[in-house]
Amino acid sequence: MPDTLKDAVIHMREEEAMEIAVKLLDKGTDPLKILNVCTEAMEEVGKKFEAGIYFLPELMMAGEMLKQISEKVKPMIKNPQDRKKSGKVLIGTVLGDIHDIGKDIVGFLLDVNGFEVRDIGIDVAPSAFVEEIRVFKPDVVGLSGLLTLAYDSMKDTVQAITDAGLRKDVKIIIGGGQMTDKIKAYAGADACAKDAMDGINIIKEWIGKV
Amino acid sequence: MKERWIHVSEAAAQNQEKQFEAWLCPSSISFTTPEAKACYQERVTLYRDAIRMDKMPGRIPVCPSAGSFPIQYAGISWYEAMHDYKKLALAWQKYHDDFDPDGYHAPRTIPPGKALSILDFKLYRWAGGGLRHDQEYQFVEKEYMSDKEYQDLIDDPTGFFLNTYFPRIFGELGPLQKMPMMPPIHEIPVIPSGLMPFGLTEVKNAFMKLSEAGDEVHQWLAEVNQVAAAVMGRGCPAFAAGFTKAPFDVIGDSLRGTRGVLMDMFRHPDELREACERILPFMVKFGTAACRAAGHIMPFIPLHKGADTFMSEDQFRSFYWPTLRKLIIGLVNEGMVPQLFVEGSYNRRLEIIDDIPKGKVVWWFDATDMDRAKKTVGRTNCIAGNVPLDILCTGTPDDVKDCCKTLIDTAGRDGGFIMTTGAGIQGSKPENVKAMIEFSKKYGIYR
Repeated sequence: MPDTLKDAVIHMREEEAMEIAVKLLDKGTDPLKILNVCTEAMEEVGKKFEAGIYFLPELMMAGEMLKQISEKVKPMIKNPQDRKKSGKVLIGTVLGDIHDIGKDIVGFLLDVNGFEVRDIGIDVAPSAFVEEIRVFKPDVVGLSGLLTLAYDSMKDTVQAITDAGLRKDVKIIIGGGQMTDKIKAYAGADACAKDAMDGINIIKEWIGKV
Repeated sequence: MKERWIHVSEAAAQNQEKQFEAWLCPSSISFTTPEAKACYQERVTLYRDAIRMDKMPGRIPVCPSAGSFPIQYAGISWYEAMHDYKKLALAWQKYHDDFDPDGYHAPRTIPPGKALSILDFKLYRWAGGGLRHDQEYQFVEKEYMSDKEYQDLIDDPTGFFLNTYFPRIFGELGPLQKMPMMPPIHEIPVIPSGLMPFGLTEVKNAFMKLSEAGDEVHQWLAEVNQVAAAVMGRGCPAFAAGFTKAPFDVIGDSLRGTRGVLMDMFRHPDELREACERILPFMVKFGTAACRAAGHIMPFIPLHKGADTFMSEDQFRSFYWPTLRKLIIGLVNEGMVPQLFVEGSYNRRLEIIDDIPKGKVVWWFDATDMDRAKKTVGRTNCIAGNVPLDILCTGTPDDVKDCCKTLIDTAGRDGGFIMTTGAGIQGSKPENVKAMIEFSKKYGIYR
């Protein structure tokens, strides 16, 4: 049955996946095992994305299934610390920009891919990023922005992180509609994600998988 | 149900001719000099030749997407631009005077802030409406329609917008929930119940707010129309007029949100497709009416959620393209030339969309590979694009010229090309905008 769960998640059969997960739980299957099956399925989905078979809708749908199953399963896990998060990512939309949909998608995908995510919202001042880096101690900082006004905000944010002496502690990735490698260089970031999954993959490469 | 907008009609070519004629010889514009008129007509002819692809244009027309650049260039704030309509008009005048692009971009994308405030518009935030005075307005994406409401939308799109959607996106229009359904109101016994809501104090107040906001729009329009007449009167034709959207984007952008619409492709595929079909006639008629009223030929159509990274080719073929194609054909049959602004990239879509008869549309690309675009859709229809904003904002005039040269040498080969930018040019260095326009006008001459 775990194999059929994996198959249902991989092939986007949401209702079936939920039914199987509930049945497995009812039968007393180890909740951690169920989550591990889902994580394996997510990896398969990721591979299909890499191969150009799946796109954002499938990533979101698989993430949605994983989230729903996790919500059912997690209360039954005795030692939640057994499932360790693989790294910390701080994300936010830079000063002046209030768009959140891209950031939210990336945050969601990072979460279901096993990262500990802290999302500090939109229109975030450089000083607020610095403050959160001190408190949260992330491995990676993700700067989001849709508009061209974000170019300078990103540059200012990276500068503030540098001035605070924290630049060496974090990798910085940027993403959004008009972001390119040229802007990565302009802002002084380490990478520019061309889409959500590209961002996840870059971060995975930086801090390793679950 | 009648299948419409699958084929280009027999009357389409003649209708297009009429629209081009209306654009070329506008009755509503008084030209300042005979030279201004000649300049205007020469420019319209450049576009016409580029669009029809039946002869080589004299040169490549150059028209960056002004976006909100004129605001920063005039040194006024966003708040001023949205609240002091004279300043807004002056900013647009200055931009066109100083840069002399081949097309006029109206400030209609900079709406009157007070009208939005009066109605407590929630779909955006703007300077004075939740944002600082120096911030440009921005979209607030949410699920404004739940996935349980597809059938209501399908049954009666107008009723759904009036009774359900507007009360959600305009804080002051809650009482419109009480508006009656229209089609049942026709026999004498139902007239009283049809009129009843109009006598309610809260409904009256909602209409008063609408009326107040409408007055504000007229004040704004007076200035906006005046600057349009002035710029055009000096020889610069409008680059577009009217606006419409792909049905999938209406649902994805404004009703369900990105995440919602992507999930619906799995959870409610049939309802999503049916809703797109139901929205479609409105989008055809809306795009046609505004464009025709303005005596223009190109309604502007920004395309969002069909881009490469949002869905697979199969999903694009199944959910996005059918009603976008019908929208295009519907507009073409009315004599329009849809100006299709592809945000993001369409590198995986070019073969699919290469399915429109010759000389009917403009494909305006943001980040699509223009060389490939030229070799696919560009063989039959005009392509436009795509100086990127990163170069305009952070590069030098020489970087810009290099980029324009490459574009002209590839995408501009043998006509069928309009030089523009990949997005609104706000944030660009003025010297870079100048370099783009001046260089392309010279280097883009066909010999």
